[in-house]
Amino acid sequence: MTSLVRFWLTHQQEVATLVAEHILLVAISTTIAVAIGVPLAIFATRRPRLAAPLVAIANVVQTVPSLAMFGFLLPVPFIGGVGARAALAVLVLYGLLPIVRSTIVGITGIDPSIRLAGLAMGMTPRQLLRQIELPLALPSIVAGVRVAAVVGVGSATIAAAIGAGGLGQYIYRGLSMVDSTVILAGAIPAALLALIVDGSLLWLERRLSARRRVRSRRAVVAAAAALMVVVLAGSALWATRSPGAIVVGSKNFTEQLILGEILAQAIERGTGLPVQRRLNLGGTLICDRALITGDIDVYVEYTGTALTAIFHQPAAKDPKAVTDTVRDLYSRSGRTLLPPLGYDNTFAILVRGDEARARGLRTIDDAARVAPQWRAGFGYEFLERPDGYAGLAKTYGLTFRSPPQVMDLSLSYRALASRQVDLIAGDATAGLIKGLDLFQLEDNRHYFPPYDAVPVARAETLLRYPQVRKALERLGGRITADDMRDMNYAADALKQNPADIARAFLERLH
Amino acid sequence: MEGVEFRHVSYRISGGAHILDDFSLTVGAGETFALVGASGAGKTTVLKLVNRLLLPDAGEVLVQGIDTREWDPIRLRRSVGYVIQDVGLFPHLTVADNIAVVPRLEQWPDDRVAARVRELLELIGLTPETYTGRWPDELSGGQRQRVGVARALAVDPPVLLMDEPFGALDPITRRQLQQEFRRIQARVAKCVILVTHDMAEALALADRLGVLDEGRLIWCGTPQAITESDDLRVRALVESVVPLAHGPAKAGQPDGPA
Repeated sequence: MTSLVRFWLTHQQEVATLVAEHILLVAISTTIAVAIGVPLAIFATRRPRLAAPLVAIANVVQTVPSLAMFGFLLPVPFIGGVGARAALAVLVLYGLLPIVRSTIVGITGIDPSIRLAGLAMGMTPRQLLRQIELPLALPSIVAGVRVAAVVGVGSATIAAAIGAGGLGQYIYRGLSMVDSTVILAGAIPAALLALIVDGSLLWLERRLSARRRVRSRRAVVAAAAALMVVVLAGSALWATRSPGAIVVGSKNFTEQLILGEILAQAIERGTGLPVQRRLNLGGTLICDRALITGDIDVYVEYTGTALTAIFHQPAAKDPKAVTDTVRDLYSRSGRTLLPPLGYDNTFAILVRGDEARARGLRTIDDAARVAPQWRAGFGYEFLERPDGYAGLAKTYGLTFRSPPQVMDLSLSYRALASRQVDLIAGDATAGLIKGLDLFQLEDNRHYFPPYDAVPVARAETLLRYPQVRKALERLGGRITADDMRDMNYAADALKQNPADIARAFLERLH
Repeated sequence: MEGVEFRHVSYRISGGAHILDDFSLTVGAGETFALVGASGAGKTTVLKLVNRLLLPDAGEVLVQGIDTREWDPIRLRRSVGYVIQDVGLFPHLTVADNIAVVPRLEQWPDDRVAARVRELLELIGLTPETYTGRWPDELSGGQRQRVGVARALAVDPPVLLMDEPFGALDPITRRQLQQEFRRIQARVAKCVILVTHDMAEALALADRLGVLDEGRLIWCGTPQAITESDDLRVRALVESVVPLAHGPAKAGQPDGPA
């Protein structure tokens, strides 16, 4: 609990920004859902045969899991891709059902004699709607808006997966860091927000259902209309990328957040161009898609990942050859590979630092000689992957005292340090390697495919802004695996802000 | 001509059954005509044909000498006041705002609307100071019905349609409102078509009355003449009213003298 409060206090500004983004996402999407849903529902009440299919479609849309929905929308032009616009599209789709349904219920629930009276008094359909039906349906419509907004607060946490910001960022970051404090730092404000939204709209709904509220009703409608204009104007500014800005993306784990900041700040320092950050995108393919559609201009990829995951080529061993292949494949489709940053984020075979020094171990070959006395612990993925344990054992003739233990990757570092096991396969740049004094054995037979970290940019952007290319080329070969470990350690263990870590690193570089 | 005229009007529902069959009737200005019949006899259909909520399948309905088909429906409805059984006051509007609906639709200036609301409240016997700001659910059934009448009269339409206007009220209030209606009608002199299943009400209010049975007008004449009719169905209706000399009773419900 105290660590949670400390987290909030040290991240005040970020928390405020994320809460604001979250509220804006929900406010804009709910407003758009009202602007679409209410007219749609009115239309449905005029054509009763359409009402049932319309509600059925809205029902089906509601049942699509939100992550799947983001996936579906990824390739759709204009509303798809990554960023706030796509997130809004999804949230609007979710908001439509409750609003459409409650508006239909509100209008069809009006006493028929009241509608007959209006009609017989010579009201045009429009006058009937504006003076009688909408005012009487208003409490029901507000009830639907309440449901839509509360659902929206929940769904908006998932928007962080496609870089739309909001409190979901903490939840995703916490999940990738296996840090429940960070998860709660996002989840608790999101829950509170949902309660506040629910409570205040419920209050409004009750106020409206009480009779004798005609003046305040008008005030409410006027206020809602004003809010709508402000929100739509705001969204027009926010949902589109600011012209002339370079957009930097990143995947959603610690190292990538730091790298994203390094690229962003390097461009800011080197060119003076405005830079927009769209960090924390939910995975390799989302980043790649965003690069192709122009939602981002540059992010850091790993050569081995690009080769296998993006271009579906078989894994290869030679780092130089892999980089050349990937550069060639990228250049055919308007993407440019910049000079590699200088480190390889591959699997790292790790032993305790004191053990390595005492026995003079440097390479995996060295370790293979003593391994028969050792126990090993591996993550599930490493045991299963084609480029994982089986091939490693064969290449180096590795045997252990007992079959390797299966354990969670993040726990294996501590298991090694506390001597429960003697050898693990970790991430080459994990901050814990430094924090726990572990030693990475050299892959002297080049068993692991290379995962050189390398910025990938849109060719078009580099042509338009040659100074951006220059700024990014200056980073080539400047980040060592040790540097990256230090920075990951600063973020994961010391809880420093990625932006500050990146700034300190660039200061040292100059 | 002023008033309303039906010429050989037939109306049937889409299935084909006749609601009205060769219905002819003329109601002049200043005249109150009551249409009596059991429920389902087609009474409400007659009213809805006047303000073009329905159009006839055959024959024609003339309002002020013009076929309803040729009227602009919005103009027609604003020239025809309509008091419905369930009143249909707008629950989100005050008494004054309810009465002011049609004047405002007609874009009267505010001061003229206010003056008219005041005048009508006085006409229906509700003190303007007390009632302008009241809400429909704060009124008694009788008061609501009066506001319904005032609302229908707001722009002084030449024709007034009343569908069971006093049906939902207790007998004492009903009698009181009937008296008031006669007083109002004496002052405003509209062409009034009143629909009721209550023969006593028809006899008390109407200058002439007609009996509707299964879509046909089977009898038409003055209240005096109807008591002398030989038609069995008419006689049955008239006789149901006899106990009324001692106390009100609904037609078809001869619960006898108290």
